[in-house]
Amino acid sequence: MGAVTAPAPRRRRLVARPAAWLIWGVVAFFFVNLAGVIGSVLVSSFGDRWYDTWLPQGWTTRWYGQSWQEFGLFQVLLVTLEVSLLVVGISVLVGVPAAYVLARRSFPGRRLLYLLFLLPILMPPITYGIPLATVLYKYGFAGHLSGVVLANLVPSVPFVILTMTPFIEQIDPAVERAARMCGAGTRQIFVRILAPLLTPGILAASILVLVRTVGMFELTFLTAGPDSQTLVVALYYSMSAAGIRAQQSIDAMAVIYTTMMLVLLVIALRFVNPTQLVARVREDVD
Amino acid sequence: MRATESPPRAGGPTGERPAERRSPGPARVALRHRLAERGIDRQLLLLAPAALFVLVLFVYPFGYGVGLSFQPAEGGPFGAYQEFFSDPYQRDTIWTTLKLSLPAALLNVAASVPIAYRMRGRFRGKRLLTTVLVVPITLGTVLTAQGLLNFLGPTGWFNRILLGVGLADEPVRLTNNYWGVFFSIVITGFPFAFLLVLSYLSGIDPSLERAAATLGAGWWQRFRRITLPLLAPGLATTFCLTFVLAFSVFPSAILVGDPAGTTRVISIAAYEAAYVRYDYPMAATIAVLMGLVELLVIAAVLGWRALLYTGSTAGGKG
Repeated sequence: MGAVTAPAPRRRRLVARPAAWLIWGVVAFFFVNLAGVIGSVLVSSFGDRWYDTWLPQGWTTRWYGQSWQEFGLFQVLLVTLEVSLLVVGISVLVGVPAAYVLARRSFPGRRLLYLLFLLPILMPPITYGIPLATVLYKYGFAGHLSGVVLANLVPSVPFVILTMTPFIEQIDPAVERAARMCGAGTRQIFVRILAPLLTPGILAASILVLVRTVGMFELTFLTAGPDSQTLVVALYYSMSAAGIRAQQSIDAMAVIYTTMMLVLLVIALRFVNPTQLVARVREDVD
Repeated sequence: MRATESPPRAGGPTGERPAERRSPGPARVALRHRLAERGIDRQLLLLAPAALFVLVLFVYPFGYGVGLSFQPAEGGPFGAYQEFFSDPYQRDTIWTTLKLSLPAALLNVAASVPIAYRMRGRFRGKRLLTTVLVVPITLGTVLTAQGLLNFLGPTGWFNRILLGVGLADEPVRLTNNYWGVFFSIVITGFPFAFLLVLSYLSGIDPSLERAAATLGAGWWQRFRRITLPLLAPGLATTFCLTFVLAFSVFPSAILVGDPAGTTRVISIAAYEAAYVRYDYPMAATIAVLMGLVELLVIAAVLGWRALLYTGSTAGGKG
């Protein structure tokens, strides 16, 4: 399968220096192993019985039906969808106005505020997740959908702010000044000037937040109750309780999760440059 | 901070403005003007919801956790900290975590530099390559763990190849120990580091290097004297972000690691204290210490970064 044939990278010149060969070799090795990691889960989820051979003895799709029922995946997917859409909606509504002010204005305490927004992204989720979960349990939010949403907002709101600020900085402030001259208030400027101009940026930020929320393990894990687990957390629980259920049905669930993430990724890549998923890139430097 | 004021979107309806300016007394106008001169006006209220969010959901819980960590059931205000440092089973988790995350983050950054340097130009399939690299980031640690268990396990494809080629006589144990977690960090962390370094590298003006080449600088000299100094601040940032990712390793340390022994990282200790022993002061203590250790490493790296050149890498006129 994918483990044997490497997706050999294309070269322009046939004669390359040893350093180039070495680098391409490392990249190819990484990809081969990555393909192996993903491929083995995929093969196992379709495999009938797989012990000490290269490939399973037979092929079947029954693990999918089994894991769908055993883990109540419909409910889990529904929760995942609800949580991520709520998080995306709220974080955009809260984050974009804040990003606007941070991008356009200078005022006392701006740097401090910026640092404050940076911290939730810089800290490992566990460090603030545990105190946050304690607080959320104290006020009765944790264990429900609301607690999961609240916890996931902590890194999402700053993330929207940090991705949106450069987008807003790109927009010429003269457009807003002109609108103001014509008598538009802040709200009108937001709805009629900025919103149309910012749509690509908002879309990109929402998709990035969506991908992050669906994949966010720690915070959901710490705050979720039995009926508010997202797919990652359900997957984790089924894995850590291994032995009770067939390995393949866990693999099937992992494949469902992977498929979902890949679909999201494909959608994301229609709007966002791949490098933008991790960093803001200075484009078109040539 | 302005977070205490309640109406979130008080940008103000349009028509009011001229009327308002006339009605209040001269003292209020003067105050508003003076504040506006320093950059404070009602538009800042747009910040209020976000600031409120961070204060309520991040600062307050964190402060609550810090407070909790000073109120253990016994042993006075520093009891929990004393307990943590006197118990080797707890204390060693710091060292275990650093032993995993520092080499992994270093490897991720160090490996990305030559690869990104090679690939910063334009070539066919670059977009495909970067797209494929994003996959492990989105897959997340849980799925990677499941894949590693299958792939690197004793009967997995990796060991089959090793046995088939003759590199090993018996299956190499790569899961449920240090290496399993290490690989999991590299698989999710390396693409992340690579894409960041690539974005920093493509921000450096290639004409700077061409100028050096015109003056007779060789390949190594150009890299050492031109590219590396310009890249170094970006590398520091990349290292920090990769380190944060590696430092907070949690699911994979349990799933592909050896959570009771060699990969009992500090997040496992915090989780156990909170959800297994229900010792919230201890859990808060460990969380605070975890944040402290992480911030110390980051502060060290950023402090070193402050000594380096910062500024435009776009070069040229300007």
